[in-house]
Amino acid sequence: MMEALVIKLVLAGIVFFAALNLAGFHTWVERKQSALIQDRIGANRADIFGFRLLGTLHGVADVIKMFTKEDIVPAGANKTLHTLAPFFSVFFALVAFAGIPFGDRLILGDRVIELQIAKIDAALLYIFAMLSLEAYGVILAGFASRNNYAILGGIRATAQLISYEIALGMSVLGVVMVYGTMDLAEVVRAQGRMIGGWLPLWGIVTQPVAFFIFVTAALAETKRLPFDLPEGESEIIGYFVEYSGMKFGMFFLTDFLETIVVASLSTTLFFGGWQIPYLMPDGFHFPWGGVLLVPNPIYVLLGVASFSIKGLIFCFVFMQLRWTLPRFRYDQLMSLGWKGLFPIAVVNVVVTAVALVFFGKAS
Amino acid sequence: MAVRVVRRHELTFWEKIYIPQILCGLKITFTHFFRNLFLHTAHLVGRFKNVPASVTIQYPEELRPLMSRFRSRHRLTLREDHTPRCVGCMLCETVCPAKCITIVPAEHPDPNIEKYPIRFDIDLGVCVYCGYCVEVCPEDAIRMDTGILDVAAYSREAMRLDIHELMDPGLRKPVSRCNLKFPHKCGLNGGEMKGSWDAPRP
Repeated sequence: MMEALVIKLVLAGIVFFAALNLAGFHTWVERKQSALIQDRIGANRADIFGFRLLGTLHGVADVIKMFTKEDIVPAGANKTLHTLAPFFSVFFALVAFAGIPFGDRLILGDRVIELQIAKIDAALLYIFAMLSLEAYGVILAGFASRNNYAILGGIRATAQLISYEIALGMSVLGVVMVYGTMDLAEVVRAQGRMIGGWLPLWGIVTQPVAFFIFVTAALAETKRLPFDLPEGESEIIGYFVEYSGMKFGMFFLTDFLETIVVASLSTTLFFGGWQIPYLMPDGFHFPWGGVLLVPNPIYVLLGVASFSIKGLIFCFVFMQLRWTLPRFRYDQLMSLGWKGLFPIAVVNVVVTAVALVFFGKAS
Repeated sequence: MAVRVVRRHELTFWEKIYIPQILCGLKITFTHFFRNLFLHTAHLVGRFKNVPASVTIQYPEELRPLMSRFRSRHRLTLREDHTPRCVGCMLCETVCPAKCITIVPAEHPDPNIEKYPIRFDIDLGVCVYCGYCVEVCPEDAIRMDTGILDVAAYSREAMRLDIHELMDPGLRKPVSRCNLKFPHKCGLNGGEMKGSWDAPRP
């Protein structure tokens, strides 16, 4: 019992360490990537003893600045809720990681460790629930600030999150139908099979339409460009205008954490999670007949590496999209969600159902 | 006049489904990203230095190239014996539209030289950088070619440049030590006369 607890705590520690550091690192990536795209240099001035380390220290400088800044609560704001909102946001963004499997079963002696913080049968539902609850932080922030701009931002956020959550859920239904489970670990395991012996049965192969809908809706969930109407930092004023210091920083952290959650989820559902093509639990089985055996720990490690690399690539692409696309107008956003993504997702589900009836469970 | 009808651009099917257009946009940003990433890396190892990776001018270290006729902070040109070329004719003080130049002339020991300034102040807080003083000078004694743009001070008093700073553009406030040998009203010593023509000059 004690051992199991320790193992879970260690797993949680690893995941939170990775996720939080990656989120902090995102500030650097955001600065430098946008700079490269726009032919600039990007933040490069912060230094420790003259070492600038390509501007990575700006993230550290930001955190120090935010912690030492004055924390302003507007007069007339609901102090409790105003303080609670950013914690709400970060909390639900963080606990969503519990459902994501980042590696296959690790066998240590006679103990089998699932590399997933919480082994939940309906991990997919759990993650969606947490992502939806995160919207409460946003609404609370807008509501408790007692600022009309913030309330409007919060309302925009609510409408957007609700609209896109439906498309998100519908798009994932297709994946669930194909693999027949909501357990993310099982979904990933099912993606290890091959079609015709050479093409991995990843979600992108079985559900290409769902992938595009999912990524679009997921980007809207993260509240970043081109769907950043809730925030609109300088132009349309978002729900966190009345926040300063680290409370503001927590909203920012939530954004990056959500990006990472969404990237991991895309990887898990559509790009085979920890799977590497032709890598079976006992080693590589190449379609041209070669077999390369690897021991279990190395197999698991390869899987974790594969998951991390795919997730990082997704983060990179999301960031690239963020610096490529302009913001939607609000009516365009709504019509894209309700008239575009939602019907396509429904049709996708129907087509998938028909296809499953004719071709049987994918395999 | 002919009427030109400009039709609003109708979106084609490919533009309406939007995803190809996103890919086009991504192509542009990715091109810039990888081109600049490659160039930055190449610069680090000393290759392709002539191809700029960014348009940024890193200001305090790197200065924007100035046109040769750009008017920057003033300086007094020097004779070979490190005395000012200025002959104290007062033309610049007279022509100055902002009245920011103050000159006190005195007799020069050399009979071929009319006079010289024992005091030459320019109040940069008042100066409008018109360059008339440079235009009007018959001796080419004042120029605005130092390339100094970052003139800033905490007080109006500190915006006044006296003869020490005008003769040596490298000097910055606070000027610690008077290094002028010829007689002048030295602001560093409370406006007293200091120096003599007999002192050795380089």
